[in-house]
Amino acid sequence: MNKKSYDEVSHVYGQIWIWTAIVMLLCVPISICIYYNAWPGFTPVLTGLMGVAPIFWTVGVIEVITYTPMLGTCGSYLGFVTGNLTNLKVPSALSAMENAKVKSGTEEGEIISTIAIATSSIVTTLVIAAGVLLLAQLSPIIDSPTLKPAFDNILPSLFGGLAVVYVSKNWKISIAPLCFMVILFLLVPALAKSVGILVPVGALISIGVARILYQKKLI
Amino acid sequence: MHFNPNSGFLYVIAIIVILFVIAQSGFFLIRAYKRARVIGMDMPQVKKIIISTAIFTIAPAVSILLGVVTLSKFLGLPLPWIRLSVIGAITYELPAATSTAKALGISLSETITDPKAYTAIAWVMTLGIMPSILLVPILLKRIQKGLLSIKNKDNKWGELFVTAMFLGMISAFLGMVFADVRSGLPGFIPLFVLLFSAFLMALCGILYKVCKMEWMKNYALPISMIGAMAFAVVITPLIG
Repeated sequence: MNKKSYDEVSHVYGQIWIWTAIVMLLCVPISICIYYNAWPGFTPVLTGLMGVAPIFWTVGVIEVITYTPMLGTCGSYLGFVTGNLTNLKVPSALSAMENAKVKSGTEEGEIISTIAIATSSIVTTLVIAAGVLLLAQLSPIIDSPTLKPAFDNILPSLFGGLAVVYVSKNWKISIAPLCFMVILFLLVPALAKSVGILVPVGALISIGVARILYQKKLI
Repeated sequence: MHFNPNSGFLYVIAIIVILFVIAQSGFFLIRAYKRARVIGMDMPQVKKIIISTAIFTIAPAVSILLGVVTLSKFLGLPLPWIRLSVIGAITYELPAATSTAKALGISLSETITDPKAYTAIAWVMTLGIMPSILLVPILLKRIQKGLLSIKNKDNKWGELFVTAMFLGMISAFLGMVFADVRSGLPGFIPLFVLLFSAFLMALCGILYKVCKMEWMKNYALPISMIGAMAFAVVITPLIG
């Protein structure tokens, strides 16, 4: 099997799995409505959706455009079904590729990214399942106010380490988007709630800076 | 049919969804692992990647479990379990539930009893998250084609392009820790935690490169993340 056919087969399997996931996802509310004979009606759903869809749908489009080049073919088909991309799947895939010394876009990168995302998805699912089954026993620990700051700070804990790896290697590209984001969040702290929308802004700035530095042969 | 947000029927649906996720992940894991062997990749390194990814995943997974617990107080366990195992994240699901509850004029402080309100929330959670999963099968090939054409024209620029995209994402999340610093010393906690995580990662890098501790390469990220989370537990009572 050559590289092209492996990629092509990955797309075929990926499409089958993801369309099945979409149908299954829609079957969840449908089956609950049928079982309880409780159809909510159009208006409550539309009103609820109006409160979240403008941001969710925008972030959804942004995530697809931003993350699929990093995750690869199988990684994208899998990662977008299992979710938690920013805080888990993308860092898992990139860190694994870094450790294995392979690059995204190559077959080796594709394989390592898939293995990382699949492993991460299985472990996450099992941890949540175990947590649900043992909730009574675990709730004193996971509900503990002592441990709350640890989980409140999971993103800084993750991105601090990642920053050392990636920013130190690409500091010339990183300075401009970093300064922009720090100033922006200092001036408008409320933007922290919709950080997903700012990801492509940061990406556009760093791509622009990278292009200029590359053309001037500075990187 | 009497409605109960923790009914056996809802648990059965949750288990079907969870089995699907495990089956899909297992399928791609086995397929990629076999392919790695076929093309002659370093299999001991691949195994190390699996172990280090599994360890790295545990802390964020517990954080996701916290999201399930938070939502379960209002929605029962099965629906949050489903939603946070497939696509969802607490940052999506909580606002979706809140928005719908507000629209229906119900409180989030007690367990839901109205089946129509429950199904309305289930629909909003599902439809609110649909674009990202729907767009992947539609756009993935086109995005990859675009990226390939950039790489074919200039391979080095193609690689820089993807790196720059990731740096853009990191920048947004690094900048976010500065959001609360104007509110006083407690607002600096995320920044201190981030710096401590960076410090631990740098320390791991030194141990790997200078002290030749090879194993450190695969475990630096879980060590820096869990260490920084522990640091947050220590400093929050002191300055929070």
